[in-house]
Amino acid sequence: MTETQLTLSRRQALKGASAFALTLVAAGFLAPGAHADAAAVDAAIKKLVKGTPEEGKIKMDLPQIAENGNTVPVAFEVESPMSKDDYVKTVHLFAEGNPSPEVASFYFTPQSGMARASTRMRMAGTQNVVVVAEMSNGKVYMAKQQVKVTIGGCGG
Amino acid sequence: MANIKPRVRIPRKAKAGEVVEIKSLIEHKMETGQRKGKDGNKIPRKIINRFECKFEGDLVFASDWHPAISANPYLAFHMRAEKTGEFEFKWIEDGGAEYVKKAKMTVS
Repeated sequence: MTETQLTLSRRQALKGASAFALTLVAAGFLAPGAHADAAAVDAAIKKLVKGTPEEGKIKMDLPQIAENGNTVPVAFEVESPMSKDDYVKTVHLFAEGNPSPEVASFYFTPQSGMARASTRMRMAGTQNVVVVAEMSNGKVYMAKQQVKVTIGGCGG
Repeated sequence: MANIKPRVRIPRKAKAGEVVEIKSLIEHKMETGQRKGKDGNKIPRKIINRFECKFEGDLVFASDWHPAISANPYLAFHMRAEKTGEFEFKWIEDGGAEYVKKAKMTVS
C-alpha cells in the first residue's frame, strides 16, 4: 500500500514538473512585442539592400500550409543567365512574423550556374516570407508568399 | 561538440559545363537565444552563422544564417562543373568554431 502511494506521488511529481516546463515555454513564446512585422522587414531590407525592389524574376517554392513551424522547407530560384557580367549576387530571405525579420542571405557567383537554393526555416506562426534578390547590375527584385503554420516553431 | 557532424552529397563525376546540385546538412541544435531553460533564464544563442563552399580555393557560394534557420540546417545549391578538383565546405559557429568537410569531384 505504501509502495503504491509512493509510485503515485512520484508520477504526480513528474506530471507537475512537465506542466511547469510547458508553462515556461508558452510564456517565452507569447512574450508581447517579440515579433517582427512587415515594417520591420522593410527596415531590414533597407539596411541590407540598395535600391527599390521591383516585382518579378523570382520563383518561390514554399508550402501553403506548414504543419510544423520548426522546420518549413523553403526554396527559391531567380531567373538569370549567371554569366560573368550578368548574375545574381545576393538573395536575402525574410520572415514577417518571427522574433527577428532576417532569416538568411545567400551569396552566388557566376560559377553557381543557377541562382537556386533550398533550406529549412523556423516560423513562429502564419506569416509572409519575403525573398529579395540583388543582381550584379544593381537591380533588385522581390517576391512574397504567405505560409499558414499550424504549430509555431518558436518556443521549441 | 562531439555530436556536430557535417554531411555533404555531391556527384562524384560530372561533365564539363554541367550544373551540379550540392546538398549539405550539419547536425546542430541551432539554439536561438529565445528559449528559456528550466531555471527560467534564457538559453544563450549558439547557431551556425555562416556556411562557405570553396572549390579549389575559390569561394563559389556562401550563406549567412540567422536563428530562424531550423535545427540541423540543410542547404542545397548549385555549381557549374568545369574542372576536376576538391570542394571545401565550412560551417562557422557563434564563437568562431569551424566545422570542415572536403570532397572530390571528377569532371570529364
